[in-house]
Amino acid sequence: MALLAYTIRRLLMLIPVLLGMSLIVFAIIHAIPGDPALTILGEKASPQALADLREQLGLNNPWYMQYFHYLGNLLKGDLGVSLHSKAPITVEMGPYLAATIELTLVSMLFAVFIGVNAGIISAWKQNSWFDYTCMLIALIGVSMPVFWLGLMEQWVFAQELKWLPSIGRDNPRDPVAEITHFYIIDSILAGRWDHFRDVVEHLILPGIALGTIPMAIIARITRSSMLEVMRSDYIRTARAKGLGQFFVVYKHALKNALIPVLTIVGVQVGLLIGGAVLTETIFGWPGVGRYIYTAIGNRDYPVIQSGILVIATIFVLINLVVDLLYAYVDPRIKYR
Amino acid sequence: MAETHVQTVPVKQINEPISSPWRDAWRILRKNKMAILGFCIILFFVLLAILAPFITPYEYDKGELVDKNLPPSAEHWFGTDYNGRDVFTRVIYGAQISLRVGLFAVIGSIVAGTFLGLLAGYYGKWIDTLISRLFDIMLAFPSILLAIAIVAILGPSLENALLAIAIVNVPTYGRLVRSRVLSLKEEEYVMAARAIGSKHSHIIVQHILPNSLAPIIVTGTLGIATAIIEAAALGFLGLGAQAPQPEWGLMLSDSRQYIQKAPWTVIFPGLSIMLTVLGFNLIGDGLRDALDPRMKN
Repeated sequence: MALLAYTIRRLLMLIPVLLGMSLIVFAIIHAIPGDPALTILGEKASPQALADLREQLGLNNPWYMQYFHYLGNLLKGDLGVSLHSKAPITVEMGPYLAATIELTLVSMLFAVFIGVNAGIISAWKQNSWFDYTCMLIALIGVSMPVFWLGLMEQWVFAQELKWLPSIGRDNPRDPVAEITHFYIIDSILAGRWDHFRDVVEHLILPGIALGTIPMAIIARITRSSMLEVMRSDYIRTARAKGLGQFFVVYKHALKNALIPVLTIVGVQVGLLIGGAVLTETIFGWPGVGRYIYTAIGNRDYPVIQSGILVIATIFVLINLVVDLLYAYVDPRIKYR
Repeated sequence: MAETHVQTVPVKQINEPISSPWRDAWRILRKNKMAILGFCIILFFVLLAILAPFITPYEYDKGELVDKNLPPSAEHWFGTDYNGRDVFTRVIYGAQISLRVGLFAVIGSIVAGTFLGLLAGYYGKWIDTLISRLFDIMLAFPSILLAIAIVAILGPSLENALLAIAIVNVPTYGRLVRSRVLSLKEEEYVMAARAIGSKHSHIIVQHILPNSLAPIIVTGTLGIATAIIEAAALGFLGLGAQAPQPEWGLMLSDSRQYIQKAPWTVIFPGLSIMLTVLGFNLIGDGLRDALDPRMKN
């Protein structure tokens, strides 16, 4: 019951945050110093084109009317029209969003699986060569700029060794038939295992680049959290009962050690989505990040706004889910 | 007889301070090998940045096209780029940019964050609600995206990138100071100061700020690392420093198409970002262990 009340309260708290976010994103066009239409079209634009754009963006109305108009459209699921392609952004965004979610999920799976296990084994075999190697890699991983790691991967594994493709989601000469826009699912649905293999190969390099920083952070947190739990009394009791080392580590200790890890995973998903802008730019991954990047080059402000808003909304929702999970997993947490 | 013996104990020895929190911290920090390594890395880059004009005979924005994409040699330690510019020269001038951006962005965030955090925590009521909500909303954006949004408004340049990074990180320090203020307000010595009628400004300057300093220093040092990466990311996206500035992120995006022909043009700027960030992370971790063992997690 308390959990339900907590969930409802958290959902209500989301409303002002989402409103504030929409206001900030709204401001991206309207806070441009001078004439936004001139900034978008450039110095050479004809007065007619400028007037048309002002009309299209609704810049002639007072700002609060524009904002309510914008908000009303958002609630209807209308993100506006791209200045560059003239297509509705809501329609255009779908496939990009799927591409970003697919990449992010794969990176997160990689980061959690490797990070948690490396952290556990490091704590288990504390001060062994494995521990030192893992923590050194984690230390370097935390300091690694994702765009540089991506470039280095591309150079070594795609261009020099030619093991993996460096650009895009699939083979452009033999593209995956789009059904759900999640290519892994699409290729399975179509029963095309050659496509499946192709899609997985395309995911490896960007997935690792994007997942490395969260992996390093998760490994460090898991290790320190495990070390703390392993010192506690109930672990000593479990050992005294004669339980096997593996059982103690993976069944008894892990359960409690994972709670701080869960919080970090939530925070990392947000960083991951932010990092996707850079990773997608490098690997030519047709996701929301690249969509935003291209829009910046085209001064396509409605697309920049929508891309940022959609990603930030996903970030907020993920954090909500993590908070609720956190309260669910650990009954000791007070719902405030 | 016994009394005369007591008098011979030198009084000075008793009065000498045995330890202070800062001295303790310094003692712990000195023994931390990783933190010392971090200090050495950063000192090395600071020296390179300051002494750049004396170290290298080349200029960062001039090169001979006949010398383009030369591999590393005795003349060009890190080789040359597609414009024939010396990569080593550009990297060490780039250190000036990155260190400056990292430092000033963090100082900006700390000043604004401390001010807002004090306001929210000390005066409470609607000011607190307003500021805390604003922080919540800002933290709802992945930081690099909020920075992109701000630069999209202001226009791309190194100064605007610095400003954007500073703004984006304000809530981190704001929340930190606010929570320190809230817990310090309940401390007996602060209540005592109030009870004897101390002014608000006196309480803030004498009690609250000094006791918030340690976590701010720790977070700030780690924050420089983040700011350097964010500045390089904005530069890489074309939203930060503009050509021909030798900014590390911009150098990466400029040279990436020549990566096969001249990998050194991509390796060295990236390695420099990684090393400076690593240096600040090591110092930050060390400071955290030394100053505030409770923050360890």
